[in-house]
Amino acid sequence: MGKITVNLTVNGRAVSQQCEANTTLVDLLRQGLDLTGTHVGCDTSQCGACTVHLDGRAVKACTVLAAQADGSNVVTIEGIGNRDNLHPMQAAFRQCHGLQCGFCTPGMIMTGIELVNQGQADDDDSIRAGLEGNICRCTGYHNIVRAVATGARAMKE
Amino acid sequence: MVEKSIGQRVLRKEDVRFITGKGQYTDDINLRGQAFAYFVRSPVARATIGHIDVSDAESAPGVIAVLTGQQLAKDGLGTLPCGWMVLSKDGSEMKQPPHPIMAADSIHYAGEPVAIVVASTYQAARDAAERVVVDYDELDAVVDLATAQDSDQIYPEVPRNTSYEWELGDREATMAAIAGAHHVTRLTLRNNRLIPNAIEPRAAIADFNPSTEELTLYTTSQNPHVVRLVLTAFIQIAPEHKLRVVAPDVGGGFGSKIFIYSEETAVAWASKRLGIPIKWTGERSESFLADAHGRDHLTDAVLAMDEEGHFLGLHVKTRANMGAYLSTFASSVPTYLYGTLLAGQYKTPNIYVEVDAVFTNTAPVDAYRGAGRPEATYLLERIVEIAASEMSLSPAEIRRRNFITDFPYQTPVALEYDIGGYDASLTKALEMADWDGFESRRGEARARGKLRGIGLSCYIEACGIAPSKVVGSLGAGVGLWESGEVRVNPTGSVSVLTGSHSHGQGHETTFAQLVASRLGISVDDVGVIHGDTARLDFGMGTYGSRSLAVGGSALSSAADKIVVKARKIAAHLMQSDEDSVEFDDGVFTVKESNRSKTFQEVAFAAYVPHDYPDDLEPGLAEKAFYDPANFTFPAGAYVCEVEIDPDTGVTRIVKFTAVDDFGEVINPMIVEGQVHGGLAQGIGQALLEQCVYDDSGQLMTGSYMDYCMPRADDLPDFDIAMTVTPCTHNPLGAKGCGEAGAIGSPPAVINAITNAIGIREIDMPATPERVWRAIQQAGGQ
Repeated sequence: MGKITVNLTVNGRAVSQQCEANTTLVDLLRQGLDLTGTHVGCDTSQCGACTVHLDGRAVKACTVLAAQADGSNVVTIEGIGNRDNLHPMQAAFRQCHGLQCGFCTPGMIMTGIELVNQGQADDDDSIRAGLEGNICRCTGYHNIVRAVATGARAMKE
Repeated sequence: MVEKSIGQRVLRKEDVRFITGKGQYTDDINLRGQAFAYFVRSPVARATIGHIDVSDAESAPGVIAVLTGQQLAKDGLGTLPCGWMVLSKDGSEMKQPPHPIMAADSIHYAGEPVAIVVASTYQAARDAAERVVVDYDELDAVVDLATAQDSDQIYPEVPRNTSYEWELGDREATMAAIAGAHHVTRLTLRNNRLIPNAIEPRAAIADFNPSTEELTLYTTSQNPHVVRLVLTAFIQIAPEHKLRVVAPDVGGGFGSKIFIYSEETAVAWASKRLGIPIKWTGERSESFLADAHGRDHLTDAVLAMDEEGHFLGLHVKTRANMGAYLSTFASSVPTYLYGTLLAGQYKTPNIYVEVDAVFTNTAPVDAYRGAGRPEATYLLERIVEIAASEMSLSPAEIRRRNFITDFPYQTPVALEYDIGGYDASLTKALEMADWDGFESRRGEARARGKLRGIGLSCYIEACGIAPSKVVGSLGAGVGLWESGEVRVNPTGSVSVLTGSHSHGQGHETTFAQLVASRLGISVDDVGVIHGDTARLDFGMGTYGSRSLAVGGSALSSAADKIVVKARKIAAHLMQSDEDSVEFDDGVFTVKESNRSKTFQEVAFAAYVPHDYPDDLEPGLAEKAFYDPANFTFPAGAYVCEVEIDPDTGVTRIVKFTAVDDFGEVINPMIVEGQVHGGLAQGIGQALLEQCVYDDSGQLMTGSYMDYCMPRADDLPDFDIAMTVTPCTHNPLGAKGCGEAGAIGSPPAVINAITNAIGIREIDMPATPERVWRAIQQAGGQ
């Protein structure tokens, strides 16, 4: 399989990566760019641990080819905030104990932001429905729902 | 003054790295020059292996080597051991067929590894694996637990495919109690097979240095020191002092990452053979096929009662599916973690339990969150519920009539409960759930065409496994103490090292709270280190809800030792005698004086000993090993309320109330989170999850498309609270909270469903189809 060149913006930085044509976006992020905050938890596009934002919309990066992201703007968990300047959704997950092992957490946070942006975080039922594509085995979702609701309020302020 | 943090909802110290994507899980680690491994796995469940042709794979692009189970066997490595010897009724030892690291001559479950392909990229390894040609001479697989003992014999040395026939309790007395009883309730049930599904798949990186012969293994483990011990003592991968095992951030375990598996062992062997670092990261499909599964019991039980519903005797006969091999602790799960729990919260005077451990051509079965205790609780709380109905007693009343109220209490199945307060938990749960108002809610639901039901479950579990002397006498191959070390740094900050391992439990926070409170310093000044055999001498790891009760107790002892030594230093610095020095809230004070030294000043003196007592060594670091005096016995009462749509059979949990007694709690926020997660797994077992193999041993539920994981919209908010009876035998009064939710919830859910439909029994998982059929059979009421 031939190599291709993918040009995209990741977390505000222009990058140009050579990769195999069948490389997925998540592999490009994790292996090509060493952005290991985006995780892989399954092989059927079900768990959502790999959720990133592609041109402002949440996608499962295991199901997007790097080639499809050519020319796009990608934001990963590393791009939304840092220790000294957390994104309100990141802060809410900590405040509400919305994570335990942390493995699904980046995907949950990226999906949580998407729900707020799409106006689907107005009540618990909407949040639960919106999180259907992200699996967590640790928290029972109780505190994740609290976190997304709290993050949603903070994002609107 | 530093605020005492015990009992406070301190936000987790570990969270910032996880919410910013800076966690460091095994697959996030990349070593210079590393190659990638992919396993060739058997597509059939039972076969003899003929020729393996690796030539095509070896010549594939990027391939470095293809190594087979046959080569591994020639290298003389050991097999994967089971660490707990169980004896049969006749005194004979359990039958333990060799569990090869990779299959060499025969296959015993679909997904069993046969060869490992090592290549320069993951994709190359994966592509080449498809070019390995293995001749399988397929045999009829033994899959069905119900008929396995009368099926084809899988191993020549294991008649009736039965590893052991174990028993506990007084058979004669129990049978006599049943024979003379006013009423007996009989129940046959299945505890459904589950697949653990931590969201981080297992992974391993082995890095062998040919010059020093040192081997470093990064692996997704709940107990890295146990991995090192087994790889050294049983498999002879490397001498213990040359093997370092690191379990960095681990993305959930639930038991499935306790065990020593084929993959990390084979990767270590391959790295040693090839002299390069090798990385393997499991795909989710591999997790389904080859992680140890959980549960899978078939049980017949008889409960005998007098006229008033007092329990007189309980006879339990269980067949437990072990899968194809005895995994690391598999033999202990349906025996010492199951049979011993059959007293539950009740003073049943006579209990007799028999367990046959049965091999099938399926993935090995071992401990999964709760491990034996959910199976015991499900059986007990189902049969008690049915007994209540047959005796025309309310579910709460039959339980109250039988509650153990005097402690310590010696059960007829080996355990001695130190303390509990079962009525208090039950009363609180019934209040919170508004049990008394249920009938009006049922009526209101009926008016809307819905079936509403309520169910109760009172569970007990045994945690903290357990006094080494006791478990040794019961067949355990290891001691089950824990170690801890408190290192005070010269500036007064503290590094805490623990043999426990956190894979979501928040030890970095809880243990920091514990030690900070003991030393009167800030939680921010305490760092917790775990998961690396190079940094702590030894430890037993995390399972059985033992980290705080056992690991925390070790740290408590180590902190006590720190205070003892620091007091001597402080006495010298203040020219006083030791007995006159008090330590409170981080300050050493000479009684009835204004002389004082802070903890930080004493720490500095310990490392800059210019003015230092002659009879003391410099430095301020202490280790402790804590071997518990008994198990701990968390207990609680759960109430589930459901609403069922009779047209679709869909069950919705409208309210779930959990009241737990975990003893003393250090961080309520973390404890509540543990309960939430356990409840989700228990509700998953009750409503959604089921591992299915077809008749030929093919896994039918091998992905998230087929295996129904609980998702956010499947679950309710949880209404939880705690009652407290402090554990009597550890310095923290703590019991453990990690598994309770998964133990207590399945029978509460099923009791609610049978209550809603007005039926005696329904199998787990109570899927919409099963519920709908049950409603039809019950007359569509």
